[in-house]
Formats: sequence, C-alpha cells, structure tokens
Amino acid sequence: MTDILPTVRTAKAPAAQGATAGAPPAAGAVTATGTATATGAATAAGAATAAGAATAGTGARPATARRRRLGPGRAIPFARLTGPVVLVLVWWLSSATGYLDPRILSGPGSVAATFVDLVRSGRLQDNMLVSLQRAGLGLLFGVLAGVALAVAAGLSRIGEYLLDGTLQVKRAIPSLALLPLMILWLGIGEEMKVVVIAVGVTVVVYINTYASLTGIDRRYVELAESLDLTRPQFIGKVVVPGALPGFFVGLRLAVTASWLGLVVVEQVNATKGLGYMMFQAQQYAQSDVIIVGLVVYGIFGFVSDAVVRAAERKVLSWRRTLAD
Amino acid sequence: MAPHPGGLTAERPAGPAAPAVRTAGLVRSFGDRDVLRHLDLTIGQGEFIALLGRSGSGKSTLLRAVARLDHGVAGSGELSVPERVSLSFQDSRLLPWLRVLDNVVLGIRGKGAKEAGAKALAEVGLAGREKSWPHELSGGEQQRAALARALVREPQLLLADEPFGALDALTRIRMHDLLRELYERHRPAVLLVTHDVDEAVELADRVLVLEDGQIAVDLAVDLPTPRSRRDPRCQEYRDLLLAALGVQADASADPVHPEPVHPDPASKPAPEPAPAPVPATAPHPGRPHEEKTAHDPQD
Repeated sequence: MTDILPTVRTAKAPAAQGATAGAPPAAGAVTATGTATATGAATAAGAATAAGAATAGTGARPATARRRRLGPGRAIPFARLTGPVVLVLVWWLSSATGYLDPRILSGPGSVAATFVDLVRSGRLQDNMLVSLQRAGLGLLFGVLAGVALAVAAGLSRIGEYLLDGTLQVKRAIPSLALLPLMILWLGIGEEMKVVVIAVGVTVVVYINTYASLTGIDRRYVELAESLDLTRPQFIGKVVVPGALPGFFVGLRLAVTASWLGLVVVEQVNATKGLGYMMFQAQQYAQSDVIIVGLVVYGIFGFVSDAVVRAAERKVLSWRRTLAD
Repeated sequence: MAPHPGGLTAERPAGPAAPAVRTAGLVRSFGDRDVLRHLDLTIGQGEFIALLGRSGSGKSTLLRAVARLDHGVAGSGELSVPERVSLSFQDSRLLPWLRVLDNVVLGIRGKGAKEAGAKALAEVGLAGREKSWPHELSGGEQQRAALARALVREPQLLLADEPFGALDALTRIRMHDLLRELYERHRPAVLLVTHDVDEAVELADRVLVLEDGQIAVDLAVDLPTPRSRRDPRCQEYRDLLLAALGVQADASADPVHPEPVHPDPASKPAPEPAPAPVPATAPHPGRPHEEKTAHDPQD
C-alpha cells in the first residue's frame, strides 16, 4: 500500500455516489490522510474503496480483472520452428499423394536418400566447408569494415562528409553489379569471392549501425561530457552499446547477404562450394541434389539467424521491448 | 567515504577566503538575446545555494555555464570553478545498458573504483542493488543512484538541475533529507536549481533569485537545520521569495508550490454527488510509485 494518496482520492467517488454505503469509507479515508504514513489505516481505506465501489454498483470492471494486454505475450521456446515444420509437412504430403511430379520436385524421401549419399561420399561436407569459409570470411571482414566506417562517420564530421554520402551511393548499387569489375581487378579466385561478399555485408552493417549510432540520445552525450569521459571511454561505454541495437539489425541482414552473395560468386569459375554443386546438378537434371543444396542453405540461414538473435538477446538484455 | 581512486582526496585549493565558484561579468547569449547579463556570483567552499527563477530566467544557462557544458554558446566574462565538479540532472540519466554499479563508477579509472562505487551506493541506501539494471529501480531509486554517481567523484562542487522535479511528493521528502545528510557529511559547495520555493528554503544556506539574467535577490536563510517547511520562520522566507518571484504569497493557490504533501484536513470529501473538485492538495496523479515498489515483471 504505497500509493496512499491516490487511494484516498478514489475513495471519494463512491462516497459521493452511494450516500449511505459510501459514508463510512470516506471517514476511513480521512483518518488515513491525517496520519499519511499509517499503512494500516490506508489498507483499510483501500478495502473500503473496493467495498464501496461494489455496493454502489458503479464499477464497470471487477476489481480482479487484468487490463487488456497489447504486447504479444510470453514466448514459447522453439515455437519459431513451427512454420518451417509445417512447410515440410505440406511438401511431404503433396508428394506422397502423388500431387507433386518428381520430375519437377523430388519428394522428401528421395531428397533424404540423396542427402545420405552425398554425406557418405563426403561431397556435401567438402562443398559446405568451402562455402562456409567464403561466407564466414566475407562476413567477418564486412562486419569489421561496416562498424569501423559507422563509428568514423558517426563521431567525426570529416568522416561523415567523406563516408556517409559515398556509402549511401554504394547502397544504391547492388554488390553483384560490381561483380564484373571485381573479376577484372581481382581475378576469379577466392579473393574476389570473399571481397564481393564482404562489400555487400559492409553496406548493410554500416547503414544500420550508423543510423543507430547517430540516434544515441543527446542527453547521454552530455552525461559523458559532464563525467569527463575520455574518447575511448565514451566510445566503449556510450557509443558502442548505444549503437548495438542497430548493429544487430544490420548483422542479421548481413548474414543473409553473405549467403546470397555466395550463390552468385560460386557460379563464377568455382570448382567447389554448395552453389557449384547445385549448378552441376542442374546440368544433370538432379532436382534432388538441388533440393539438398537449398535445404542446407535454408538450415544455415535459419541457424545463423538464430545464433545472431541469441547473441542479441544476451547482449541487449538491458532492453525491455514489445517482444519481451 | 572512500578516498577517490585517483588519489584526488586533495586539500582544498587555498585558504578559507578562496571561493568555490566565482563568476564576474558572465554573459551568455543565444542569438541576439542575452540570457545572462554580466552576472556576478560567488559561492563559498561548502556553501549550499539554491537558485530560483521563473522559466526562461537563465537558471539552466547559468548552471550549464558553471558546469562548462555550454559548447557553442556565445559569451564572455570570468568563471572559475573547482577541479572536481559533479552534475546531477532532472532525470537520473543512468545509462540503460550499464548495471547500477557500472553507472556509478562510469569514467572512474583505477582499482578501488568498484569499492568506492559500492560504498557510495550503500550511502544512498542502495546497498545490494549493484547488479540491478537501471530500469529495475523505481524513479526515486534511480535518482539515488545518480546521486551516488555524483558523490563517488568526491566533488568540491555539486551542481543539481532540478534533481527532484520528476519525483512524487513522498519520495521528494526523503530525497531532501538524504541530500541534506550527504551534504553535511561531505560538505561540497552545492548549487541547486529548483522552482520549488519550499525546497529552496528548507535545504539551502543562501537562496538566489535569478531575473533577467542577473541575480535579483540574494537571501541568506539563517535557520538551524534540519528545517521543517511548517516552521513559521520558513514560511516567512517563503513569502519573501514568492514576492520576489512576483507571486502573491497566498497559501492555497500558488502555482509555484503546487504540491504540499499532507492533504489539508479541511478539504474532507464533500457528500454532495458531484465530481468533487480535486483539491489543491492533490498529489501527482501520474506517479504514485514509492521507493520500494516492487516492479511487476510485466510492468
């Protein structure tokens, strides 16, 4: 019973409306105001309020009913998998009932068999490792560059003038449109593949991190100034944590972007990689191998997104948002 | 309180004559409007000063000038302030991504910082809350944590910009007591900006009224502490200051002091069936939260 004063005020309403029933609680309320700290008296007044409201018959809502919740409510663990599972079920059902022509799309059964074959022969793992390495390196360099550019552009005017416009222009050009130029400059080896992925990643990380960084509350900057923080302290304690929400949005997009870039660069004179495996399969009309490749892409995408989400939840645990 | 981790428990710069803050001919202007006009102000070592003034009188400008936070504001004049100045804001301004203790020791280097921070938290009554997130604290507790952050720097000068403005009436009373207690123990010079005349009279040794960018009233409050605002001598000072602020010192309906704490027993709920006019004694409708209010996990 900490909110003594509001209780006292609400006690007036029933007192006014139901003259006979309301009078005693009103008296109790006055006692409570007189002592102000006497919580016992206040509790009595609170109980009397409820009773008064009930007898007066004016309460539209019973005192125990909760308010309507506008957030989505508590999350169930792993319930996020529901959608993908339903999708596989539909696929399996339609191919089992013969609705799906295996020449168009192999059923889950034959895809699973092919998957086992590919794993046994080691072909899948080899190609996966190569692809993972390309995507991972591209992601790593891209994220580092994106964050560095965002900090440089966000904290200094010169950086902003030089970098922000440039990167906004770059954003309008699809990374993949740079492919011909990259091949011209870097050849068709691994460097080109990693650089193309990294460039795409850099831009999404930059855009989101920069937006979040420049949106840091001015009052926190003032606080940092009043506490005489050094520039490294300011970056470490205010800028980086303040920009993290945007950084994670960028990172999730970047993970997707790295897989996307992978598919394209692996079409260019690759001799290994998931994309290469799938294009080979296309030439021999092996739709099951293509599906295996797609499923692996899907799983990688899903898992990497889940990892980023988990990291985000951990790092941003100080936030209370609609989704919590 | 623990020595400052940076070894800054230094002796005060000079003898008793040297003031903590001195401004001479201080001018600050926004555009062609002079907000501070040749303002002269001296705050002695360990002196508790309250600064009153209507909105737009330049209170915040003066405070920010003394805090040396007014980059880009045109101005001139002399200003000398001590080396260690702490500033507390109207909002607690805790960084939401740092736990309470990390907020308190923000920017303090060296070992011992954590211990000093924990000690300061204990001093403001927040022992055991070191690991909490700021959003887990109530409004009053957040303001206490902000006070601990100001204290742990062992300030020679504490600047406070309406630090209790956003608190409910009950919490505010406790914060007054806490601030006065901490002041007695650490003796920094204090410049408290407020618009609550009672608060000024209750806490300060000297009350200044700022008007048109100059100090219009400089009133020493010569009463023993702790003071009660019910004390008739406090009322006299209050009436004086209200008059200086251009408000009729009429008890019930003054806008400068909207929130007496104890509801007036004279305003008993009337039995007639009308939406009883909320008496002038009504508390903040918005934040009835009190210090120890446990936070509902869904709140």
